[in-house]
Order: sequence, then C-alpha cells, then structure tokens
Amino acid sequence: MKVEDLDIDARIGRVGELLGEKEKKRGLLIYAFQQIQKEFNYLPEEELKALSKKLNVPLSDVYSTASFYKHFYFKPRGKNVLCVCTGTACHVRGAGKILEKAKETFKIEEGETTPDMSLTLETVGCVGCCGLAPVLTINENVVGDLTPAKVDELMKTVGEE
Amino acid sequence: MEKLKSIQELKDYRERLRARGTSDGKTPDGKAIVRACCGTACTATGSKKVIETLEAESARKGIEVEVVRTGCQGLCQKGPVMRVEPQGIFYQRMKPDQAAWVVSYTFQGGIPYRGGLWRQDVLSEPVSQMLDVPFYTKQVRIALRNNGTIDPGNIDHYIAMGGYAAFEKALSSMTPDEVLAEVDKANLRGRGGAGFPAGKKWAHVKKSGSKIKLVIANGDEGDPGAFMDRAIMEGDPHSLIEGMLLCAYAIEGQYGLIYVRHEYPLAVKNLAIAIKQAGELGLLGKNILGTDFRFTIDIREGAGAFVCGESTALIASVEGERGFPRPRPPRLSEYGGGAWGIPSNLNNIESYACVPPIVEKGASWFRSIGTENSPGTKVFALTGKVKNTGLVEVPMGMSLREIIFEIGGGILGDKKFKAVQTGGPSGGCIPEQYLDMAVDFDSLGKVGSIMGSGGMVVMDEETCMVDVARYFLSFTQSESCGKCPPCRVGTYQMLEIMNRICSGKGVPEDIEGLEKLGKSIKKASLCGLGQSAPNPVLSTLKYFREEYEEHIFDKFCRAKVCKGLGTFTIDHDECVLCGLCKRACAYDAVKETSRSFFIDQDYCNKCKACHTACPIGAVKIDKASPAKVVALQVDPKREAK
Repeated sequence: MKVEDLDIDARIGRVGELLGEKEKKRGLLIYAFQQIQKEFNYLPEEELKALSKKLNVPLSDVYSTASFYKHFYFKPRGKNVLCVCTGTACHVRGAGKILEKAKETFKIEEGETTPDMSLTLETVGCVGCCGLAPVLTINENVVGDLTPAKVDELMKTVGEE
Repeated sequence: MEKLKSIQELKDYRERLRARGTSDGKTPDGKAIVRACCGTACTATGSKKVIETLEAESARKGIEVEVVRTGCQGLCQKGPVMRVEPQGIFYQRMKPDQAAWVVSYTFQGGIPYRGGLWRQDVLSEPVSQMLDVPFYTKQVRIALRNNGTIDPGNIDHYIAMGGYAAFEKALSSMTPDEVLAEVDKANLRGRGGAGFPAGKKWAHVKKSGSKIKLVIANGDEGDPGAFMDRAIMEGDPHSLIEGMLLCAYAIEGQYGLIYVRHEYPLAVKNLAIAIKQAGELGLLGKNILGTDFRFTIDIREGAGAFVCGESTALIASVEGERGFPRPRPPRLSEYGGGAWGIPSNLNNIESYACVPPIVEKGASWFRSIGTENSPGTKVFALTGKVKNTGLVEVPMGMSLREIIFEIGGGILGDKKFKAVQTGGPSGGCIPEQYLDMAVDFDSLGKVGSIMGSGGMVVMDEETCMVDVARYFLSFTQSESCGKCPPCRVGTYQMLEIMNRICSGKGVPEDIEGLEKLGKSIKKASLCGLGQSAPNPVLSTLKYFREEYEEHIFDKFCRAKVCKGLGTFTIDHDECVLCGLCKRACAYDAVKETSRSFFIDQDYCNKCKACHTACPIGAVKIDKASPAKVVALQVDPKREAK
C-alpha cells in the first residue's frame, strides 16, 4: 500500500468512534509501517516522509517508533527472507549449528543480505513451532526438524530460486 | 448468513446445525469425516499435500468424504496428524503416498491402516484410538476443548459444538454482576504468567465507573518455547471471541482489541474471518441478539517487540507509540491507565478461552479440577529434548514427572533428565529433585521459577545449564526496551560475564558478581521484563552451581556445548584413522604420525571442529590436565580469598 491510499477512518476499526483525529492518526502508525513494508519490503525514506505529513506526526517521531520495533527495516531486503528460529526449544535442539550452516553457505552474517539481493538472513525469537525444533522460515513457510545436512539441501533450492 | 435477532434464534440455529450433524462424528448420509490438522507445525510437515492426495484418491474411487481442516491437535512432533470418524482412528506422521491406503483400508474397509498408526516402538502393537495414545490419555481439555475438532474458519462448527451457549446463558438468565461473581468464584487465575485472578481484575475495571471500557486480549506471545495462544487463535478463535464477549458483558465494556504478534500470520487471518462471521451472525456489533448489548472487536498486529507483552507497553504499542512500559499506577483498570486513558481489561488469550466453560458449567465445576489455589487446567508447550513434543493441557497439580515422562514419553534417545525450564526467559530451571512436585502457580514460585505462559523446555545431560542461562539472558538483553538503566545496563553486564564464563575466561569473582547484579536488577527494574530477566541465571546458580564452577575453575563444560573449554585428545583405542579430524581442523593442531593422529595442545584452539567431525566419537573432551589445575590453585586472586 502506498501512503496516499491509507484510509484512516476505515483502518482504525470500530474503536475509532472513541478517538480524536490526532489519536486516530497516531494509532495507525504501526499499521501503516506494516503496509508500507508489505509493498516495498522495507521502509523507504520518501514513504516515511509522506506518512509523517499525512498523519501529522513529526518525522523524528516516525523514525523513533519504527526503529523501536524489530520487524521494521530501513534498508532494502533480499527477495527471499530466510529466518532461523533461535527460540528456546530450537536452541536446545541445535539452532546454533543451523545458523552457522546458513551463514557459511551464503557467506553473510545474520541481518545481512547477499550482494545480489536474492536473500536476507535473519533470526527470530520464536515462531511458535517448537514441536518441530529446530525450525527456520523461508518467506512465510515453516520448515521443521532440521539437521545441518537438511539445511544444505534446502539452501540449494533457495539458491536456485 | 442471516443475522440472529434473538437468543431463541441462536438456540434454534444450533439445533438446526446439530440436526444436520456437521460436527458430531457422522454426517447423516454416512460420509466419513477426516479431521486433519492444519496447524502451523502440521502444515510445515506437509499436511496440505496429504489432504490433497486423500481427496483426489477418494474422488477417484467415488467415495465421498468430508475433510475438516482443524487447528493444532497437540502432537506436533508426529505431524501431520489426522482423525478419521466415525471410527475415531488417529493417524500420525502421514505421508502423501499413505493417503491412498487410508482411503482403501478405512473409508472402504472400515479398518485402520496400520502403517499410519501410533506405536510405542517398532515392536509394539499400534494404537488406533486417539485417547489410547499416552500423550492424550491424561489430558483434560478446557481451553483447547475444540482445537483439533472444528474448522476454525466456520462459525457453524463452533456453534454446533455448544459454542456461544455460555454467552446465550449469560444474556438470557444472568446479570453482568452474576457473570463477574461466577468468574471470581471460579478463581480463574491469569494464564499469561503472573496468575492474577481474572475476577478481581474485572471487578477493578468495573469499579472505575467509566461508561466506556475496553476489553483487550493479549496475544503477543513472545516467550520463546510457548505456543498455546497461537493454537487457540488459529484453531478456535471463536472461544476467544466468546470469552471476550462474556467479559464485556460482565464489566459492561463496548470495544474489544486483540493484539497479535506479527509472527503469527495464520492467527491474524483466522481471527479476522471469525470476527467477520460473528458480525454477520449478529454476535458482534450493535443490539447483539436483540438486546441492547453492543460489542465490537478490532485486531492490532504487533511488530516484533517482546516487551509489548507487558501490559503498559502493549497499550503504548496500540496507541502507536514506542512500546515502552510505564510505571504504575495508574493501572490499566483505572482512568488514564488503559489505552487512550480509557479503563481497560487486559487478559491473556488462554484466560479468555477458559471463561465460556466456567459460565456455562459453573464455578464449582471449574474448582473441582486442579488444586485449591490454582483451579482448572493449564496448557503447556512441552518442547526440548522430549519424545513427544507439542501442546498438552493438564489439570493443575499434576507432577512434572507425569507431564514429562508419561505424556511426553520420556527423554529423547533415553538419555538422562537434567532439568526442565518453565516460564520462558522470565522463568527458572527446575532440577531432578523436584520432579514429583505438583505443578501450579504457587509451587513453581517456591522453587524459584514461574508458571509463565506455560512453556516447558526439557533438557537432558547434553544441555549445558550455563549455556542455557546465557541464552535466556541474551534474549532478554536484546529485548530490553532500554528505558530503565537497571535492565538496560544490568542485563548487558550480566551477559558479558556469562559470555566470559562460557568461553573459558571466567574468573572466580564472576559467580558472586552475577548474584549481586541479578538481585539488583530484580529489585530496581521498572517492568516485569527486567524484574524477571535474572531468573534463569539465579535459578541455575542455585541448582547447578557446580557447572558454573567447572566452567570457571576446571575450564570444562560437562555437556560439551561451550566452545573454548576442556582439553581435546584422540582416543587411540577407538580411532579408526579416517583423518576427518585433521581435515576439519583450521589451526593445524591435529598432527599425523605413521600410525596415529594426535592433537597438539599448543596449537589447539578448542573450536570443537574435530569433535564434531569425528564419526565415532574418538575425540574426547576432558578437564584440563592436572598440571594446569595446579597452576590455577596457586592463582594469587584465589589465594587472597
């Protein structure tokens, strides 16, 4: 979604009936970030500036809020996002090895993107799929019961894409 | 869907659904029903493909089946799982090519297909009924009552299972105060962790005297190792909605918010569908069921901040601010405390899901389950080094041993149990001597842990407790919002010390330092995150102090997890001279002679590469050689003490 398409009254929900104009606009900030990120894969500066104007929130505040949350990025991300879960269950069952394997294969550190922009490597606290630990997610698909060997295979298919 | 205009119409609607038999095992025309788990774990193991094959195969053979795509059925380890009715046969670890067998054996022949059944081990007889599988036998399902039975995307299923009956009862025959009194009498304690009685909380909000009140559900389940709220939101969203409706009715609230973490896209999707369907049926909105009661629900998505599970931080996030907690009072239930200053009631997802059965069956029924001070059941996410991982709901007061060894099936690979970590990063580790302790809110607190959201991570002898404590600390340290210094600086310092110990550079003062820091952080932090962050370290220091001492004095990690510790040698009796260790070593420390390999201690960097590479485990890690221990003993720092 682009900033100009943001419909404040429709998106704030029923609770908007209680709120003033200012509160409504502020309350939409995080939702707006999510929508912008869906469209651009990150939060481009121009969009944030436009958002700041539209919602009447100072740009510094916009940045302050966006940078607080782990989910928002200010740099473009790769076409695919590989996210290794490092939750407790995954940690105990060897997520460290999986992460190392992934780093080794793509030669990037966590939080980085490959130079050809095909893949970003990230870690997440927990994807709530602890029954299958260790797990990772590729874009939105969860892959479980991993071993370093299985990761190797998986990497090949991701690499080809 | 047509709007239901009165309570009677809802009753009639349910009767009509029941007559059609959408949910009780048989369809009237004798179609078999397959309840296939489509929870996140089963989807990850390929349930969609299995269902497709099953449908295609039965269509090819001209058999009509009804596939119900349910939420999480609990036994995630053995996914994809499914149940075939009316026989009630429970299949696990299904593969697409097995689906054809299920069609011919079960749908055509009416007998179980043995290849897909659960069995204790390869030699034992397979078990066909779900309740005969030990994982399910001891469970009592209240919060998860419909999970695994109904299709979360269809409100009719929920209603046919007796859904919204509690709400119907409240609307038709109970005053708001009576509903509140019932919940209070049931002593339903908050399932999110702190265990604060829900009835008391509701009464507080009501006492605020505000005309407008908010009902907020906390679905920001950030604790690594817990996923019960996810299961409820994904698998039975209407039970959450009904719980919120009952709460709104009791405290006379009008607006509802569900805060869901963004890592749960399926939960957001299913909740949105459920809210839409409830609205279409007239169960949400204005003049619900012809009364003048009104209630609406909106969804708010989080954005990956663990601290937003804290109530005041969650409110800040809902308002579109940075997710900073703030000092209380004002509490959420008071004027100026809740979202936009409106008095708000905030409960955990599981707490809300427990409300409808309480209202429907009464407080005394609820109190008959569980223990005196913690009635009811609790859902635990049983994970880690245990055979059957997944979601289990058991009455409060069950012993840890029963949960881990009977329901969980024991330790993976029949290794030795070491500890169980409860309560996520805010909890503590419980050692073997407390295995027979009855689990409830109070008993866990007594041994230095907490109930938390119900994560239960089992650890065996191959888990290093120092490393686990370090892991939790690194989690809370990176999730600390940075508002108050005790948490921001303190957790950082503690983590530095833990990193030092784990990499073999620990000094004797470190243990005391950790204890001192931990206690100060607990006392001085602003919110629950900081107040509980040192718990994993303090509890492991209490029960596994000798492991810390081994790391510091002997430079040895008995679980062989930490790098940079121990002395590496090759056992020549076991070595098969494959040379993989030499190839793995990046420091040229593995030397080769004409008849053996050995490790040159001067070059060895203790990186564990050779230990990992050895296919037969001939690379041994032992305590430092005696000479080094002697050297440590004359360490002036230790002498001085």
